[in-house]
Amino acid sequence: MTVAQLPPYLHDIQKEIEAHGKAFGLDFWDVEFEILDYKRMQEVAAYSGFPVRYPHWRFGMEFEHLTKSHIYGLSKIYEMVINNNPAYAYLLEGNSLVDQKMVIAHVLGHVDFFKNNYFFSKTNRRMIDGMANHATRIRRHMERLGVDKVESFIDSCLCLENLIDPMSPFIVRKAPERPDTNEPPELAEIPKLRAKSYMDKFINPPEFVESQRKKMERERDKPKRNPPEPERDVLAFLLGNAPLEPWELDVLEIVRAEAYYFAPQRQTKIMNEGWASFWHGKIMTEKALKASEIIDYADHNSGVLATAPGQWNPYKVGIELFRHIEERWDKGRFGREWDDCQNIDQRRAWDKRLGLGRKKIFEVRRLYNDVTFIDEFFTQEFCQEKKFFSFSLNERTGNYEIDSKEFRQVKQKILFQLTNFGEPFIAVEDGNLDNRGELLLRHRHEGVDLQPDHARATLTALQRIWRRPVSLITVFDNKSRMLRYDGKDHAEKAA
Amino acid sequence: MALRIDPDHRRFRDIVRGKIKQDLRKYVSQGELIGRKGKDLVSIPLPQINPPRFHFGSKNGNGGVGQGEGDVGDSLGKADPNAGEGSGKAGDQSGEHALEVELSLEELAQILGEELHLPRIEPKGKERIVSQKDRYVGIRRTGPESLRHFKRTFRQALRRQMMTGTYSPDRPIIVPVREDKRYRSWRTTPLPQSNAVMIFIMDVSGSMGDEQKEIVRIESFWIDTWLRSQYKGLESRFIIHDAAAKEVDRDTFFRTRESGGTMISSAYKLCAQMIADEFPTSEWNIYPFHFSDGDNWSVDDTVQCIELLRTQILPKVNQFCYGQVESPYGSGQFIKDLKEHFDEDDRVVVSEIKAKEAIMDSIRDFLGKGK
Repeated sequence: MTVAQLPPYLHDIQKEIEAHGKAFGLDFWDVEFEILDYKRMQEVAAYSGFPVRYPHWRFGMEFEHLTKSHIYGLSKIYEMVINNNPAYAYLLEGNSLVDQKMVIAHVLGHVDFFKNNYFFSKTNRRMIDGMANHATRIRRHMERLGVDKVESFIDSCLCLENLIDPMSPFIVRKAPERPDTNEPPELAEIPKLRAKSYMDKFINPPEFVESQRKKMERERDKPKRNPPEPERDVLAFLLGNAPLEPWELDVLEIVRAEAYYFAPQRQTKIMNEGWASFWHGKIMTEKALKASEIIDYADHNSGVLATAPGQWNPYKVGIELFRHIEERWDKGRFGREWDDCQNIDQRRAWDKRLGLGRKKIFEVRRLYNDVTFIDEFFTQEFCQEKKFFSFSLNERTGNYEIDSKEFRQVKQKILFQLTNFGEPFIAVEDGNLDNRGELLLRHRHEGVDLQPDHARATLTALQRIWRRPVSLITVFDNKSRMLRYDGKDHAEKAA
Repeated sequence: MALRIDPDHRRFRDIVRGKIKQDLRKYVSQGELIGRKGKDLVSIPLPQINPPRFHFGSKNGNGGVGQGEGDVGDSLGKADPNAGEGSGKAGDQSGEHALEVELSLEELAQILGEELHLPRIEPKGKERIVSQKDRYVGIRRTGPESLRHFKRTFRQALRRQMMTGTYSPDRPIIVPVREDKRYRSWRTTPLPQSNAVMIFIMDVSGSMGDEQKEIVRIESFWIDTWLRSQYKGLESRFIIHDAAAKEVDRDTFFRTRESGGTMISSAYKLCAQMIADEFPTSEWNIYPFHFSDGDNWSVDDTVQCIELLRTQILPKVNQFCYGQVESPYGSGQFIKDLKEHFDEDDRVVVSEIKAKEAIMDSIRDFLGKGK
């Protein structure tokens, strides 16, 4: 990609802000800024920040959505940056200088986060090229086979896009052990109860030992299950086992690669935005702002961090939590002594002047993701001070109502929605159900039912890939149900 | 400025139009559609297309976490599914937010045509042949050898050889392989050219109530829209009648409420006159549409109508359409008379419109023949 050079005055600002960032200890890659007009900005935003994606209508939909909301003044894209080395970021043409400064500072926060957060460590850092390659591959398939055919297959794959295991890049897999010889492995010793030799016959009767031996033999000779353990990376399982054409494999592989690339960003939304906002605030207010710019900055900054009643703004939650952590570690409000202290006045005045805050937040940005971040640092004090509440739908009035301000309940709700991106846990249980080559998925039900019609439609997409009948075991209304689709009809029965 | 995303956007619009197809019935019978017509645009709220996924239903576990003032039991209002959404869930609720997609009238008419499975109306006369034009507009990787683009193929081959290091400036031999080949591609565009006039005739006698007029209004709007997509230079004329007929402008056509008796022949006379004076058959496709509640003044007048139709109107028009709106006051006799006399004649199309929901079927009756 050729990048138009920033005009000199912005280039100087970028250098200046980068110097401030470095002085604060931020550690980022080179950032290539590009100035886009609003149409191009929306295009790039629709492509999730990339200049090129493979052809698909959903980018067009996203584009239309963004364009409409821009025209009607509902939203404005402030900042966009991609996890790539060097990082690419975009500035909107015609924004005021203060805005540009703020965006540049904000972007540095993101790039530092991409570079250093553990959950990003396995992502492809040359994804700009990766996306362009995906586009070329898909275009080639489309030219050969027709747009409709390839596109509808992409649609099927996208239905399953969320069935990945975000932790799987971190699992070190051993190569499967192969026996050295073709001999069947020796049976392990049959477990016996300890007994004196003259009692052995009675304590471990020969018939019992024999039946145990038979059982173990049966166990050994039983056909191996595929997958041996339930597999959460459904896409990988399909790649390895579904009877797909080469081009279909290629498409599925692309969809999976992109899903994994974006997964860490979904895993660290609060932290990432919080971290970037924290640093743009620091850099701007302490270093980069001129006196004449303060009002404009404050105005725009408050827009970014605003929360309408009943809303949840990851920027705000993130930055407040980082500030809270910094304060706690500066004042030494951690450890056993702090936890055990029940005296409210004492807690309020607690200040050991440790000054460890800065070090701590850098450590947090390296090691945590949203779930662990909230789990560890979302404390009772924080919850009350920042006035969190949980709400739910009141069936009777049709309104959303605050149902609790209680710490435990609020935290549990946040965690539930963050865990696995607030999506159901679904894993491949058996790739050869009843020895008929059928696929069985199981939903680990945790209190919330799946949307039934969508579940059935997704099964249709899955069958399109697996070719043989597919089933899903889930729970509806506290009853275990098995949904099945065989390519023609949907069936449902008790499981 | 052309954007890379334009093809994706176009594709989305195409799919959206496909979506409308199924829901079209609903839209057609909604009166406000016309009222919301801006200059040339009609807004239709549309569901966003989200591929189905395994995701949590909204039945239990809805809600989320928010921040701000408030106590237990305080209402947050009828939250639209986006606002008040908890973390990690934003945007995951599919199929609930409506996306407004604006369609131009031409697009709408095309959709209507697809939904009705209507053939294109055939042009009349030699001069108005629908012509097709092929234009070479782009480059493809596949195609017949005769359309191979030498320059682009050469360039591609050169590029490949330079990348793979098989090119040497001393011996500049370029050998294209299959992947290098580039072909011209073309697009075919039809150019319809015809003249047509629609003559809308409405019975505004006392028995036609507001509801009946509303039906006529919607139906004629759609007919008008669709025929406009088929012909360039389309004209619409409007005639209203009770005991006497007069030509009016579009606005009056939909608003007037007279309260006289009914003499259909007066309107047919005026219509025949109009055709004879202004629209020579050799140059015009003529489509009279008559809407009434079917209550004529007298049997004699009906006989006169039949006569006028047979001798003066039918020989000159492509098709004569009669739509009878059901009304609590009318006898609804006229449609029976027409059926009796012109049952064999496929230039006459009659249709009964019982309620708003039947408008779609009625339009299909009228336009489905593609004459």
